[in-house]
Amino acid sequence: MSNNITQQLQSQVQEAYTDKTPLKILAGNSKDFYGRAVDANILDVSEHQGIISYEPTELVITARAGTRLTDIEFTLNDSNQMLAFEPPHFASTATLGGTIACNMSGPRRAYTGAARDFVLGSNIINGKAEQLKFGGQVMKNVAGYDASRLMCGAMGGLGVILDVSLKVIPKPEAEITVSHECDINQAMQYMHQWVKQSLPVSASCYVGSQLYTRLSGNQSSVTSAQQIIGGEVIGNNLVFWQQVKEQSHNFFNTEKSIWRLSLASNSSPLNSLAGDTLYEWGGALRWLSSDEPAEKIRETLSSLGGHATLFKNNTQNIAPFQPLSTGMLSIHKKLKHAFDPENIFNPGCMYKEL
Amino acid sequence: MTSPTNKTSLIRRLEHILPPESVLHQTEDLHPFECDGLSAYRNLPIAVVLPDKLEQVQAILKLCYELNVPVVARGAGTGLSGGALPHSDGILLSLAKFKEIIDIDPVQRVARVQPGVRNLAISEAVSQYDLYYAPDPSSQIACTIGGNVAENSGGVHCLKYGLTVHNIQQIKIITIEGELLTIGGSGLDSPGYDLLALMTGSEGMLGVIVEVTVKLLPKPESAQVILAAFDDLIKAGEAVGNIISAGIIPAGLEMMDKLAIKAAEEFVHAGYPMDAVAILLCELDGSDAEVTENISTVKNILQQSGATEVRVARDDAERITFWKGRKAAFPAVGRISPDYYCMDGTIPRKHLPHVLKTMAELSAAYELPVANVFHAGDGNLHPLILYDANKPGELERTEEFGGKILELCVEVGGSITGEHGIGMEKINQMCVQFKPLELSQFHAIKDAFDKKGLLNPGKAVPTLHRCAEFGAMHVHHGELPHPELERF
Repeated sequence: MSNNITQQLQSQVQEAYTDKTPLKILAGNSKDFYGRAVDANILDVSEHQGIISYEPTELVITARAGTRLTDIEFTLNDSNQMLAFEPPHFASTATLGGTIACNMSGPRRAYTGAARDFVLGSNIINGKAEQLKFGGQVMKNVAGYDASRLMCGAMGGLGVILDVSLKVIPKPEAEITVSHECDINQAMQYMHQWVKQSLPVSASCYVGSQLYTRLSGNQSSVTSAQQIIGGEVIGNNLVFWQQVKEQSHNFFNTEKSIWRLSLASNSSPLNSLAGDTLYEWGGALRWLSSDEPAEKIRETLSSLGGHATLFKNNTQNIAPFQPLSTGMLSIHKKLKHAFDPENIFNPGCMYKEL
Repeated sequence: MTSPTNKTSLIRRLEHILPPESVLHQTEDLHPFECDGLSAYRNLPIAVVLPDKLEQVQAILKLCYELNVPVVARGAGTGLSGGALPHSDGILLSLAKFKEIIDIDPVQRVARVQPGVRNLAISEAVSQYDLYYAPDPSSQIACTIGGNVAENSGGVHCLKYGLTVHNIQQIKIITIEGELLTIGGSGLDSPGYDLLALMTGSEGMLGVIVEVTVKLLPKPESAQVILAAFDDLIKAGEAVGNIISAGIIPAGLEMMDKLAIKAAEEFVHAGYPMDAVAILLCELDGSDAEVTENISTVKNILQQSGATEVRVARDDAERITFWKGRKAAFPAVGRISPDYYCMDGTIPRKHLPHVLKTMAELSAAYELPVANVFHAGDGNLHPLILYDANKPGELERTEEFGGKILELCVEVGGSITGEHGIGMEKINQMCVQFKPLELSQFHAIKDAFDKKGLLNPGKAVPTLHRCAEFGAMHVHHGELPHPELERF
């Protein structure tokens, strides 16, 4: 069944390659707001689904790109395991392929790693309709260039992801979230200090004068960490992080542009930018709801070695991603050409030049 | 570039970029650079250059680009796959003089360092802040961070803390055309394609790494190690799976077989049980509370998995002694055999019994003993084939045996290299690991960075012609893939 679907996808790509007609790769359509709009024929990978193999003792799951994220999480949960990067879904239709293509990671990212950190291998179709296998199902593998990790965050521009092997991790035995009322400077200090003390922090968020800190691990380490950091244990631990991750938290309920700022965790609050900020990842990820001009936001981030993405509410059709330097853009174009010589995959989705 | 006139003019132009003492070209000066950690392969370059400024590296690369001169970059030369083997018609670009730790940010927990800084020197420099750099290849006392990035080095602790690719945040590279590029950023991600992942482990084929920002981890409050002895390798292998099934990710989980135990014990007297067929070393780290709880869990699992003896290190001194034997396993094997050849395959752990059994059969067939040391937690095998290079034909037999082991790893769904890289050594086995289309895609990636093919030519990715010669193309129903290609 799935072999047939693979072949169908491959022949659709072959046709597009021959005719030089672009394709928009689509599965659950849960992240349609992300990136630049692509006007092209749809290559629907949503039927290419199913978990191919899952071996809890090997800590590895392999699934087809169209597999629903919820199915994967459900299966892992049965064996008391989980995806370490806690990906957001944004809709119940979210798939593994889309998650990897966007390299989407949630609250746990700063403490255990991003989607790209857990990719062990993948099968792809490149822009010449060739089916290629990179990496594998083993934890350590340095044979050849790391093309499977390169697919993470490439937004489908380098190939159609067919399946992905991921490293998974055991679920923590215990988990609580504590809140502290404090100003942002105090919160920044706490976030850095507690990680430095080797406390089992698995998520952090500062919003509305409250610092939320999630502690995960075995019961004894969570209990002892809680005694050290104090604060109030919140009752709706799961709901709170779900709201942050899926952006259903009240903070995101705005008509203003939602900017995703990625920068050094210890950068001071960006007071020169008007708007409200929600902090995550120990300060390394900040969501800014603001009407400030894109140039001003980008220059501020650029001067700090970070970058700004216009994530949601892009009403004025602004380029969503921070522009690349001339040298980097040139390498990007050449790499795109190396995988997709006729520029058929999601053209312009990330940058108009790619 | 082979004619003597060209060589002389190249050297003269290099001496315009660098002080004369930083351009080595007399044969006796070149010899120390003729090989890396894989001494079976040796070659002399035209010259060895030792720049200490970025502008010099840029000028050298621009010159090589203009004159079509191959460039092989080298850190400490500790690599085990011949990745830094010089090219006879090229120059060897040593980054050894770039050994400054530029900046340590203990709050953000990162350090920005030059490529020639030794791996262990980073952990030493940040120790005052109770931080360390996690990847710890066994050569960490000597190997440099630039080489670690180029090889995506691992180590004993990568089961829990990841490889180099998981522990760096930004690098600066210089392209073959002399352009300085910053890849990554000050945050946890950067816009565009994940070039940081692509560059890591690219074996000097895509660019020259001139700066690395590494992530640092807080030193764990506590670390404890358990030694378990088994009378059966299979039981030891199952115990590894049982620990992981229990939801515990040890900081390190290592296995040694009888021959490795014997060699290590005779060398460093680590107190290993000499009658054991296999031992496991399991290190657990974290908060005091966490380690105490996990030690007791793991101890029970090991006993239930049939360990004949389970010992928890009584103190830090004993913990270090337990590790000493494992860390000295390679030199220990070096003492019991004139030469040894270290392999680096990885396999899904469940195939361990089959792989061990087949390896024992191959060992008997080739009449060459094997000592086995594994990073058991992540399925990375280091079989050490014992041989004597002075016996005619024995090295060739060893290489063939080694090749068979790697092919066996691929057969069970593993990889020909977990952490040592392809270099020159495993270039033929790449034809087994990858199909021609995949190798062609790798060449296309290489072209995107280095159209002229001047960076480390002939390494890491074989040409399709080479694979045809090696004869490892998979024949399916008597049909050769790519019948249009010439065969040899």
